[in-house]
Amino acid sequence: MVLYGVAALALCMLIGMLIGDGLGVLVGVDANVGGVGFAMILLVVATDRLRRRGLFPKPTEQGVLFWSALYIPIVIAMASTQNVAEAIGGGPMAAIAGLGALAAGAALVPVIARIGGQSQPLPPMTEAEKQEA
Amino acid sequence: MDIIADVLERNGLLFAFVVVGALMLVSGWLSKTLTRGRLQGSAIAIMLGLVLAYLGGIQTGGEDGLADIAIFSGLGLMGGAMLRDFAIVATAYGVDLQEIKKAGAAGVLALMAGIVVSFIVGAAVAAAFGYTDPESMATIGAGAATYIVGPVTGTAIGASSEVIALSVAAGLIKAVVVMVCTPLIAPFIGLNNPKSAMAYGGLMGTTSGVAGGLAATDKRLVPYGAMTATFYTGLGCLLGPSVFYFALVGLFG
Repeated sequence: MVLYGVAALALCMLIGMLIGDGLGVLVGVDANVGGVGFAMILLVVATDRLRRRGLFPKPTEQGVLFWSALYIPIVIAMASTQNVAEAIGGGPMAAIAGLGALAAGAALVPVIARIGGQSQPLPPMTEAEKQEA
Repeated sequence: MDIIADVLERNGLLFAFVVVGALMLVSGWLSKTLTRGRLQGSAIAIMLGLVLAYLGGIQTGGEDGLADIAIFSGLGLMGGAMLRDFAIVATAYGVDLQEIKKAGAAGVLALMAGIVVSFIVGAAVAAAFGYTDPESMATIGAGAATYIVGPVTGTAIGASSEVIALSVAAGLIKAVVVMVCTPLIAPFIGLNNPKSAMAYGGLMGTTSGVAGGLAATDKRLVPYGAMTATFYTGLGCLLGPSVFYFALVGLFG
């Protein structure tokens, strides 16, 4: 049943959000502290265990994979609803602050990625994977 | 005409699927004919989306880009926080637990470094433009982290609304530029494996920017980058009005 996958995904997300909001209350900030991150970790661990025991059959899996495939279209919709006009209208100071933070962060990527040994690049995408994207 | 607009408005989410589908089709064609596939279709589609958001924004003066035009309001639902986060969580299905463990320490370090560096850069730029009081420096520094951390910090420490608006603009610029530039800078910073993607997400933070940028680079990297990026906003909201603000008060207050 496809819905089992969607329901499992939604349950993971709700639990993650609860943890994130709970942490926010605990440390006294009005924000969700990493709810999506906790949800992702939960989904990875839970589905890994279920799959190994054969409790996550193909149709159920499809319910998760469908949403994962919708990810890029959703991101495009998100891009089209950003407040780009205000971002550009913010003037040079806002632009320099934003760009500076980006440049400094990007420069640190190779440094931090080196900690604990270099990683191999992913293999080139197969034709099937390109089709999906 | 009224009937068409009425149907599109009432079924906003469905029309949003059609609009995004058309946008992806056009982008895929542009990618093949203009760049011979070198720039991915999804990267072009995200850029087109940003351009449309700009046009919508100046047309209506609203905050939600194209979604402020009534018939496109469904885009706000489709690209809103709930569905976006739902789809991001879904991308984690099938990620390699070993990769996460391998990159764990680097990911945590990236998070701390990313927030501190953004704060410092933002605060320094603020000071260079004459905003030398600790409240303004902290708020604009927080805005350079993300456009959510900026107003949270500014409101907590009582910055002026002008400074809060500037911090939001700084964060928005970062998000937009990360979306557009990630595929372009990826080869130069080694952004081609799960570990560097986790470092990138932690260093950049802006969830929308990283999500869009990695989608346009290599979608297999999305879950790794998104995972660290989503911890960034919470951590930034925690450190901005506390540790970082008090450090600035100690130094310049």
